Amino acid sequence: MSTLGELERAAMDVLWDRGEPMLVREVVDALADRGLAYTTVMTVLTRLAGKGFVRREPDGRAWRYSPSASREEYVARLMLDALSQTGDRRAALAHFARAVSEPEAEALTRALAEERE
Amino acid sequence: MSAALHLAVTLVLCGCLAGPLAGARWVWRSPRTGILLWQMLACTWVLSIVGLLLAVGLARFPGSIPAGLVALARDPAHWGVVPVVVGLALGGWLVGAVVWSWLAVARVRRRHRDVLALVARRDRDVPGAVVVDSPLPIAYCLPGTVVVSSGAVRALTRDELLAVLAHEHAHGRERHDLVLLPFTALRRLVPRRITAAVALLVEMRADDNARREHGAAPLASALRRFRDAPPPAGALGVAGDIDVRLERLAGTVPLTAFARWSALVGGLVLVTTPISFVLW
Repeated sequence: MSTLGELERAAMDVLWDRGEPMLVREVVDALADRGLAYTTVMTVLTRLAGKGFVRREPDGRAWRYSPSASREEYVARLMLDALSQTGDRRAALAHFARAVSEPEAEALTRALAEERE
Repeated sequence: MSAALHLAVTLVLCGCLAGPLAGARWVWRSPRTGILLWQMLACTWVLSIVGLLLAVGLARFPGSIPAGLVALARDPAHWGVVPVVVGLALGGWLVGAVVWSWLAVARVRRRHRDVLALVARRDRDVPGAVVVDSPLPIAYCLPGTVVVSSGAVRALTRDELLAVLAHEHAHGRERHDLVLLPFTALRRLVPRRITAAVALLVEMRADDNARREHGAAPLASALRRFRDAPPPAGALGVAGDIDVRLERLAGTVPLTAFARWSALVGGLVLVTTPISFVLW
């Protein structure tokens, strides 16, 4: 039994690995071993689109879905959140050792994101 | 006018105490006492400044502040309205700023959790935390979730990792984010030195928890590794905080119960001054 969160993650993995916009049908096929219904996958993709993680573009009468950003960019954003020392971000996350200053953290995380593109 | 005078003296006292407390090393010996003192000092400051404005505005009206407010409402042309309105607005603004900041923090966290749900993984070797694949050595805590980077997992021995996780879990368990929230929310008013002092006490408190569970040695060596970690790109500055925490882990004698209680009673006396004047 998979939770909705797990399915969202699995769908994102499929989209990231494929690297091109996919139809719902294609995502269902890629997740064939889970035996998911078409409507389930469509719900998952719609939820992801609602959160801004995937973009969709019309293809005839269907939609094609693709990730809004690469996995590495999302990781870089997490790191930036975590390293950030300004205002609300600092208050949101407490980290182990503050060895990096704010502008350095920004530059570092940006460099990390670019390096992997 | 005696109420206004008392509150003014309390306010000055707060100002005189904040500087030495921000530089005090003795609070490092019992960080929780230090945190409580800062909270009491902040409360006293807010209540005193609002109370002072109310007391000045209501000086001509006998009786308690609530009774004075009622009397003033019947005579709204009196000059006392100005300080009273300023005082109430200031109080409202302070509370509003903290609430606003809390909402912003919640928004950052919700987004962060959404992304974590997609890219973080569980790892059998990293109990009670999720792992994010990044070479940056980092460990941090969202209330309820501890996150470590794969870079940190690689850089640390198992004992060190467990100590770091215990440190982060302590932040989450004791809700250190809520301790820091008012200070960061009012960052335009609170001197940076004070926020930094409170943040350091919070780290020390989490260090103490980790030390109790895993001993000082693995925590100290983990801190050293974080301090000395070669940056993956660009130049990194090293904060002095880590050195202070290391020095502390090398051996500190906690404050005696007498010293702790004396400090807390002192703080309590301070904080009850404005409360007694505002309410009675």
